[in-house]
Parts: sequence; structure tokens; C-alpha cells
Amino acid sequence: MADQRIEPILAESARPTAVAIPAPVAVSVPGFRRPRRLGQLLERQDILAVVLLAPTLTILTLFIAYPFVLGIWLAVSDKVVGRPGAFVGLENFRVNLNDSIFLRAFQNTFVYTFIATALKLALGMLAALLLNHHFRFKRIVRASMLLPWIVPTVLSTLAWQWMFDATFSVFNWMLMNAGLISKRILWLGDGTLAMGCLIAVNVWRGMPFFAITLLAGLQTVNPDLHEAAEIDGANAWQRYWRVTLPLIKPIMLVVVLFSMIATFADFQLIYVLTRGGPYSSTHVFGTYAYEIAMRAAKLGQGASISLSLFPFLLAVIVFQLWYIRRSD
Amino acid sequence: MAVRYGSPLKRAATFYVPLGLMVGATLFPFYWMVITSVRPDNELYNVQMNPFFTLHPTFKHFQDLFALTMFARWAWNTIFIATVSTGISLFCGLLAGYALARLEFRWAAPLGTLIFVTYLVPPTLLFIPLGDVVQTFGIGDTPWAVILTYPTFLIPFCTWLLMGYFKTIPREIEDCARIDGASRIQAMIRITFPLAVPGILSAGIFAFTLSWNEFLYALVFLSSPQQKTIPIGVFTELVRGDVFYWGPLMAGALLGSIPVALVYSFFVEHYVTALTGAVKG
Repeated sequence: MADQRIEPILAESARPTAVAIPAPVAVSVPGFRRPRRLGQLLERQDILAVVLLAPTLTILTLFIAYPFVLGIWLAVSDKVVGRPGAFVGLENFRVNLNDSIFLRAFQNTFVYTFIATALKLALGMLAALLLNHHFRFKRIVRASMLLPWIVPTVLSTLAWQWMFDATFSVFNWMLMNAGLISKRILWLGDGTLAMGCLIAVNVWRGMPFFAITLLAGLQTVNPDLHEAAEIDGANAWQRYWRVTLPLIKPIMLVVVLFSMIATFADFQLIYVLTRGGPYSSTHVFGTYAYEIAMRAAKLGQGASISLSLFPFLLAVIVFQLWYIRRSD
Repeated sequence: MAVRYGSPLKRAATFYVPLGLMVGATLFPFYWMVITSVRPDNELYNVQMNPFFTLHPTFKHFQDLFALTMFARWAWNTIFIATVSTGISLFCGLLAGYALARLEFRWAAPLGTLIFVTYLVPPTLLFIPLGDVVQTFGIGDTPWAVILTYPTFLIPFCTWLLMGYFKTIPREIEDCARIDGASRIQAMIRITFPLAVPGILSAGIFAFTLSWNEFLYALVFLSSPQQKTIPIGVFTELVRGDVFYWGPLMAGALLGSIPVALVYSFFVEHYVTALTGAVKG
């Protein structure tokens, strides 16, 4: 039944296109029919572009642009779960600035981002330089190096949580059996130490990304330049500092900016490992916003916390765009 | 870079030792997952015993995982969600990437920048209002809540990667097809897309692992146990208050990591292309 109905339509639409293929020049011949006109419209670049971009722009408008605007509205309202909110101006932000946990989260976010990014860059560079050598099993080593980056962060972080366990920590077992400590260390029991653990796990997880992208950068460096520098009497350190580094600086900068954005807005690693504890001492913007919005049901207040990320994010993005445009 | 070393000893000190330490530190947590998942409880919770190996390996934790939780269901959800959202993102990214790389139209440059910027918008910024949007559409606590929101970070990535890939395919090939009478769309689908298969594969694998691993949206938008994905299920259903079921937890973590690790190991080169391609942008 359905086939029969479609058939004449298909025949109808097939005819004009069949004519159009051998002779696209004859398009101006009068009397073309509907499908032909559609086909012709799609030959125009601007119209085809609109059609091709439509699905992407629809999804991005519905699920990024609209929620972003809604988020701004929530941040200036007193919306809680279950009843509509009213406009309260900058009240939520005033509350945040008088909230010691928010201020601690603010500080933690920066400490976490800068220390972790610096360590990831240093260790990632070291790993990239090591992997740039020729050695046996190079492919396997390089592939396994990326594992922390590809497996779900939540699951590997749970493994870390077990390794940091108050009673059964493997690190404590090793240190005690080596005679280095006599009392168990409570890895996640103290704000500063817990922050150190968070940074360590973040570095473990993010370092492969640095290593692999920097390795890709290193492989574009022309070996002739190194030979020339060596003939001129430069030692290994000088060659690295004066030849390699300037050449891979652009890719290095992009990696650092990408990683900074991701680290700055991190949620899952911290939420899984400490949930912001002990005593709310390791919250960052992301986890504290979740705590307030989802656990305490204060959506407006929560939205104002996650919106506090935005100025810093914007600064990094603007810098990145400016840099890409300049290097183009 | 040709690097030369004086003696084997020096090479060991400056190369093999640091490399070995790095690989060891990288893989240790995975070893810990494996060993924990096969050690019986009475060894697991005994401080006296050497925790690095076991003489009585057991599969009890895996049995418990499947008996006590809906792990099989979570695995199916994760596969379904990752596949569909990757499909949607590839479809959108392919069309958008083509338009931005090949067509000349007024808003090409600003639209390209805009899509790049959305790639940098983290879920942390949007999850609260997005939860509202998801409720408004009536898709809260259904797979569609995440299938439709994951593309927000997958599409920009796919678009950007494929745009770069299309630029490496010579325009002349398409021009030839058009001289032979193919329409723009025919040239795009029959000529350019098949040539872009390696790029599509790179973007697809990367998108698949990203949606497999996603946490925040799934945590906020999916609440009933039968709707959860593996990362959320393992994290929320195997921790009761202060009690962690470490054996089944590590068994679940291991099983949840193996599929992405397998996909990755078969397509390492494509994955790395996607990773570095995105950065070069």
C-alpha cells in the first residue's frame, strides 16, 4: 500500500533530476518543476550552508544558548526546587561573597587549577621527551600511557579512593613496611592533604593528554635543526631550550589553555574522591554548585555559584581566540 | 631527534629508569583494580596481609556485582546512549564541518568561532539550568535526557575535527565531479564523505569514549537505578552511606573500563589523531 503511493512521487521526482545531470548548463530552460527548483536552491552556497548547519545550530541553541540564558536568570532569582523564583538582583552573589565555604571553594579552584596544570605540563613534557626516543615496545608503552586519560574518570578515581582508604591504604602499607611511618596517614582526612591527593590524581589522569599532544609537537621538529645546532656547539639542554621549545610553544600554549579550562571546571574527580570534604574544605566551584543546587535544592543560589566560573572561563577563551587568530 | 648516549649505564639512568617509573605510576591504579576485584573479602579487609597479590583468587565480587546491582542493565544503557549520541553528533558534525570548510557564505567565520567557543563551555557551567530544560521537554530520567545533551560537547568537537579534515581533501576532486554533472550535495555525499572516512572514524571513537565516560549530566538527569550508566551506577549504588563495597566496586570499575580500553586499543592511531587534531584546531 505505502509503496504504491510513494512510487508515482518517486517517478515524478526522478525524472527532472535525470535530465539535470547530463546538462547542468541548461538550467535556465523555462518550465522546470518543483523538485528541480529545490535542487537548484541547494546549488546556492549560502542556502546549502544554512541547511547543513541547521541540525547543529538547533541542538546548540536548545541545549547551550537557551540554558545559558536561563542560568543567568536563575542566578538572579531565589528559585528553589518546587516553586517558581522571583527576581532578587545580585543577592545570591552577595550571599556567596559572605559565605566562607564559597570563598574557600574559590581559592581551591585556583590552587587546584594552577598547581595541577603546572605539574601536568612539566611531567607531560618529560614523558613526551622520553617517548620521542626509539626503543623496543615503544608503541605499547605509548598506548598504555594514555590509559588514565581514556578510562572513565569516576571509575579510576574510585580505585584511587580505595588506595587512599583510611584503614587499608596501600600507600600506608608500603610506608609502614618500609619503616618510614609508624602511624597511618589519613590521606583524605585533612583539607590540605586531601587537596594534595586531588591534585595528584588530576595530574595522573591529565598528564597523558599533555604527553601525547606534546609528542605530536616534538615529532614535527625538523632533526636537521638539531644537527645544525650541535655542529655549532650547542649541548643537549641548549638545543632543547633554544630549538625545540620555541618551535613547540604554540601547541604547548593551546594544550595548557585547554587543560586549564577543563581543570577549572572539574567536577567528577573531586566529587568522587572527597565530595568537597572533609568539612567542606576541598570544594571547588563545580562541586559546591552541585551541593547547593542538587542537595540543598537552592537552584538560584547554585546557578550563581556555577556562573562565577564564567568570567575566568571567558578570559581564557578570549585569550585563546586572540592567540589562534594571531598565529593564523 | 637523534639522541646519543655515552654508556649503557647513563642510558639506564637518564632513560629507562624514568620511563619505567612513569609507566609504573600510570598503570598501578589499574593493577589495583584487578587485584582488589579478585581478592576475597577476608584478605581485602586484613591490614596484616600483603595486599599486592592473593593465593586465593575469587570471582565472588563479580557474581555479587551482577546479583546485587543492575550492572548488566547499566552496561546496556551506556552502550545505547554512547552509540546514539555519537551517531547524532557525527551526523551534525559532518554536515556542519563540510559547510564551514567548503562553502563560501557570509557568516562562515563567525559561526566557526561560535561553534569552537561552545566546545570550551564546560558542563559544570550549564548543568543546573539544563536540568530545568530537560524537565521542560519531559525527558528527565530517560536516556534521551543525556542522548540529546551529550551532543552539546560532542558536536563542536566533531565539527572542528572534520572541518580540519575536509580542508586536507583537495577541492579539485569535487570540482571534477561537478563538471561531470553531479550536484553539490551529490559531490559532497559521494565524493568527499567517503574520502573523509578516517576523519569520521577518529571523531566517532573520541565521541564514543567521551559519552561513555560522562558523569555530571548523567548524575543529575538520571535518577532511577534502571536508567543509570555504568559510571553513575557503580558510584551511586555500591556506596551506601559510609559503607563502600570495595570488591564489587573494583569489579564494576574494571568491567566499565575494559570496553573503552578495547575500543581504544584497536584504534589508537585514530584516537591520537582526534586528540591532537582537536588541539591543533
